[in-house]
Amino acid sequence: MKLFRNIALLPLLALLGGCNAIVLNPAGDVAIQQRDLVIISTVLMLFIIIPVMALTVFFAWRYRQSNKSAPYDPDWDHSTHLELVIWAAPLLIIICLGAITWMATHLLDPFRPLGRTAPGQAVTREVKPLKVEVVALDWKWLFIYPDYGIATVNQMAAPVDQPIHFRISASSVMNAFYVPALAGMIYAMPGMQTQLHAVINKPGDFKGFSANYSGDGFSKMRFDFLARDDADFAKWVSDIKANGGNLGRTEYLELEKPSEGVAVRKYASVDPQLFHRVVNLCVQPGKMCMHEMAAIDAKGGLGLAGVNLVQSIEYDKSARRGSAPILAKAYVASVCTTDAPMGADMADVQVTPVSSTPLLGAGLPRPAATFQSFAPRPSNS
Amino acid sequence: MFDNPELMKAIFGRLSLEALPLHEPILVATFIAVAIGGVAMVGALTYFKLWGYLWKEWFTSIDHKRIGIMYIVLGLVMLLRGFADAIMMRAQQVMAFNGSEGYLNAHHYDQIFTAHGVIMIFFVAMPLVTGLMNYVVPLQIGARDVAFPFLNNFSFWMTTAGAALVMASLFIGEFARTGWLAYPPLSNIAYSPDVGVDYYIWSLQVAGVGTLLSGVNLIATIVKMRAPGMTLMKMPVFTWTALCTNVLIVAAFPVLTGVLALLSLDRYAGTNFFTSDFGGNAMMYVNLIWIWGHPEVYILILPAFGIFSEVVSTFCGKRLFGYTSMVYATVVITILSYLVWLHHFFTMGSGASVNSFFGITTMIISIPTGAKMFNWLFTMYRGRIRFEVPMMWTVAFMLTFVVGGMTGVLLAVPPADFVLHNSLFLIAHFHNVIIGGVVFGMFAGITYWFPKAFGFKLDPFWGKMSFWFWVIGFWFAFMPLYVLGLMGVTRRLRVFDDPSLQIWFIIAALGAVMIAVGIACFLIQIAVSIKNREKLRDWTGDPWNGRTLEWSTSSPPPVYNFAFTPVIHDNDAWWDMKKRGYERPADGFKAIHMPSNTSAGIILAGISALVAFALIWQIWWLAIVGFVGLIGTAIGHTFNYHRSFDIPREQVVETERARTQLLQTARA
Amino acid sequence: MTTTTAASAALAETKEAPVFYVADEHDHPEGSSTMLGFWLYLMSDCLVFAVLFATYGVLGANYAAGPSPKELFDLPLVALNTSMLLLSSITYGFAVLEMQKKNQNAMLFWLVVTGLFGAAFLGIELYEFAHMIHEGATPQRSAFLSSFFTLVGTHGLHVTFGIIWMITLIVQVWKFGLIEANKRRLLCLSMFWHFLDVVWIGVFTFVYLMGVLR
Repeated sequence: MKLFRNIALLPLLALLGGCNAIVLNPAGDVAIQQRDLVIISTVLMLFIIIPVMALTVFFAWRYRQSNKSAPYDPDWDHSTHLELVIWAAPLLIIICLGAITWMATHLLDPFRPLGRTAPGQAVTREVKPLKVEVVALDWKWLFIYPDYGIATVNQMAAPVDQPIHFRISASSVMNAFYVPALAGMIYAMPGMQTQLHAVINKPGDFKGFSANYSGDGFSKMRFDFLARDDADFAKWVSDIKANGGNLGRTEYLELEKPSEGVAVRKYASVDPQLFHRVVNLCVQPGKMCMHEMAAIDAKGGLGLAGVNLVQSIEYDKSARRGSAPILAKAYVASVCTTDAPMGADMADVQVTPVSSTPLLGAGLPRPAATFQSFAPRPSNS
Repeated sequence: MFDNPELMKAIFGRLSLEALPLHEPILVATFIAVAIGGVAMVGALTYFKLWGYLWKEWFTSIDHKRIGIMYIVLGLVMLLRGFADAIMMRAQQVMAFNGSEGYLNAHHYDQIFTAHGVIMIFFVAMPLVTGLMNYVVPLQIGARDVAFPFLNNFSFWMTTAGAALVMASLFIGEFARTGWLAYPPLSNIAYSPDVGVDYYIWSLQVAGVGTLLSGVNLIATIVKMRAPGMTLMKMPVFTWTALCTNVLIVAAFPVLTGVLALLSLDRYAGTNFFTSDFGGNAMMYVNLIWIWGHPEVYILILPAFGIFSEVVSTFCGKRLFGYTSMVYATVVITILSYLVWLHHFFTMGSGASVNSFFGITTMIISIPTGAKMFNWLFTMYRGRIRFEVPMMWTVAFMLTFVVGGMTGVLLAVPPADFVLHNSLFLIAHFHNVIIGGVVFGMFAGITYWFPKAFGFKLDPFWGKMSFWFWVIGFWFAFMPLYVLGLMGVTRRLRVFDDPSLQIWFIIAALGAVMIAVGIACFLIQIAVSIKNREKLRDWTGDPWNGRTLEWSTSSPPPVYNFAFTPVIHDNDAWWDMKKRGYERPADGFKAIHMPSNTSAGIILAGISALVAFALIWQIWWLAIVGFVGLIGTAIGHTFNYHRSFDIPREQVVETERARTQLLQTARA
Repeated sequence: MTTTTAASAALAETKEAPVFYVADEHDHPEGSSTMLGFWLYLMSDCLVFAVLFATYGVLGANYAAGPSPKELFDLPLVALNTSMLLLSSITYGFAVLEMQKKNQNAMLFWLVVTGLFGAAFLGIELYEFAHMIHEGATPQRSAFLSSFFTLVGTHGLHVTFGIIWMITLIVQVWKFGLIEANKRRLLCLSMFWHFLDVVWIGVFTFVYLMGVLR
């Protein structure tokens, strides 16, 4: 398969060698496997496509009206053998492709921790992936490194050959986190967390950006992805530690306001709960976190007493990006302190306590995706 | 009173002089051009005293043939608007390099790509497809009209009302800046507080009513009104694809109506379906809109497949190869099109098993599609292929569409989709199937059936010019996008920083210019054909040596289509009749019962557009008055019990005698 | 299919002189496709409800720390409401029976009774809504309430239009009698009315019963 793949690769690479076709020539193992899949599927399908195109041209030429020597058979409209072939040939290709798809989709599931960092380089139990928390803001990217307690805007770095575990969310609308050299994209959505496991194998400066349209400043929502060897990465971290500012909840709320083409920013210290609060839409003081709300809902809500508990829940329903609320509201403030709605203090809430037990809806299983993470998954956090 | 803001708000809602985009020079220039053109047209219509004719013979007509033609005119007019958007996008992307912002700001550019998508799908492709089905299906099944002729007229005007609302957004207010499917939270009130998304919602809701009703209408027509002898397996393939398409319409459009209604409740009433807080879930919207959206793709492509089937067997002078497997392939595609919607968002983080299920179901669709491709191929085998313009479009389709099909299957492999999703590769793919499939199909269909509708053929020289510019232009415009996609360039970007991309955008823009020339050639073709109509005249009613029933009547057909209902013995009914010595009946004519014209459709649709406009601008009093008026008019219409008349026997005799004479002159 | 009568099928089989057209043709009875067309419309309407049911299924437990069905739904009231709608369906059945017996006045009587039951249903529903909104359980309060009000409200809106249609038909039958066109319309409305009944049974089970009993 491999030899076959490489042979097939040559003409394509030659064709696109002139331009910088990053998708066909990436620098990360995950993206390389995805590239291979693109090429294998294309080659498989060419088995059908090329004969069809060739036959189309040949038949169109041969059976043209002026060619009186070609046979003409106006009532010939059925052949069981041919019918079998024309249904079976695509079917066989799709069976092959389907099998490949099933395996590859599971192996390359972005939520699945990496099994290898390069062909033949298995990830051992001891290897700790680099954790990066990513927030798509209006219109810039925030990267938090929980292991180092640092954060950056519109620039991230990663050590070469070390697995990276991204947790991705957004502050306002849908975006997609995409570094073509590294791995495929995954959506970044407000109030939710997606994940991506990837590794970069070559040092260099790569481009990352949002691949899902998110409003006015979308085109400039780009960042630098710096792949560095361990020493350079350590230097990058210590540089931030030495020169960066602090990113707390107040600074975050200032940062999240819409802005375009923002220059790189560095933070030497970060509120350790910040990402957790971003995902749960409760960075602002007085907001109830979504996981708390979900826990309350799982117990059947707060009853009629909770009717007026509105201000502490509203995040971006009626006003955002500088717009005034369209619907006039006369809501009463919350009835209990919202940082401790059920007597639980935020400080006690760790990143993990979100219940992964399925919550029941009216007769249907409730998609767990509305908060924290998608369905229970293998996690190495 | 003008300085009382409360009063002004009560009267005009959100509408004010600010809503006119006087600060946008491009729009002002467009408006002036449109206004001059509009005044000239209105003046000409008045000068030639055509209003009465248009009103009596066209606008209020319930004749499926006239409604079909009006749909196609609407589609072609909107094509010009949608294509203008495309050219503007191409120009912007060519210019916006090396720190240049291009000539469009984000506010304008984002409206353009949204409008381009919405217009091309809803107001170009849909009217063209519906128009051809409307025109051809009753003729192919030997019926005198559709099952519900009044509803047909109403459907058309609702579609037009939707299109009018989109056009109004150009000059009054603005259109959505959300992308053509308006995903929340971006499309929700917090992020799109202006009228753009409301224009989007209401134009689609109004047009959606029309589409749904026309779907119901055509299903009932095909199921109930086929000529004697035409069993399901003797229906022409185009009618089969029309049936499947309309089943898809009836089964898919209510979902669009539903999901847009939920979005409008979120925007107008402050509900929480798709908000991030209060327990809403934006992913619901994405799922629901694609449960409509994916079948929609097949709604467009299936009739095109039907057209190619008709064209290929006519111009090869040969029975369609594998009729039965063609029908089964169509039905399988119809069913499978409901089981694939999730492939539009593999990157949303559903699990691997869910992703691979939807990936594999998507690939399975390529099996019946592949079978169809082979069937066309083996229809050409041992045929006598006449390369008239419709056949040229068909061969171009076969060569182009397979590439689009291939990249489509590629995108159905979830991990491959992770690197190609939302990229220009995806853009190239769906333009490859929609232009290479639907648009080529529509041009083939229009050229093929034009002589039936108007009694003269389209000029072949300009048709070929249009063909070559379109096909070559298409390859130039979209192959660079495949390359750009592989270079990691994604969609909807307004400015770029990598100068190495620019050359590809320039090639793509050249391709777009060639397509523009292709469109111009098409318009010239129509003008030239009208000028030379006597030379291009079709006296026989059967200019291509056709095979199906529509070629058995005169061109254009009489109001009643068939003086006698035909009896069918073979799926190539007209071919069979010609082969077995069919003689046109010369006497025994009877009076024919036909539905009468009515203005109710255009009035109801006009009021609907007004109500929608009032809702967009939140002019509540007008919305309420209009809605009550709408219900009242509808009820009033039900009090009209006299909806049909008889075409007197003498008139039928006279029409048929004239045709006999024509046929004799043609033969002589 | 219907036009493919046995006679013409037999004609088609005749080998000698193939018949290519129907020489002695009778006009199709007007509105012969109306029932099928209306049924297709109902199926599309069914899909609108399917969307709303699905939305309720997904969002129905998202109370946003607010009230849940247990605190809000008053089952006896809803049971009364349900009986109104079920009774109206039965009385519509009586109306159709009378229509077939050509008893115009009896038919009109049952139609009026049906309309009154429908109006009672709407009245109770509006009372229930008003009560909930008064308590603060507005559609804006949580995704659960949004989907509840929309699902039940859309059904209520359908009943409202059914009643308007019914009044129109009462006037038309009273003015023009039980002519073919009116009979056809009565049968269409009958399908519509029974369809709303079926949807309501879904609403009652899925929303109210399962909401309270959970």
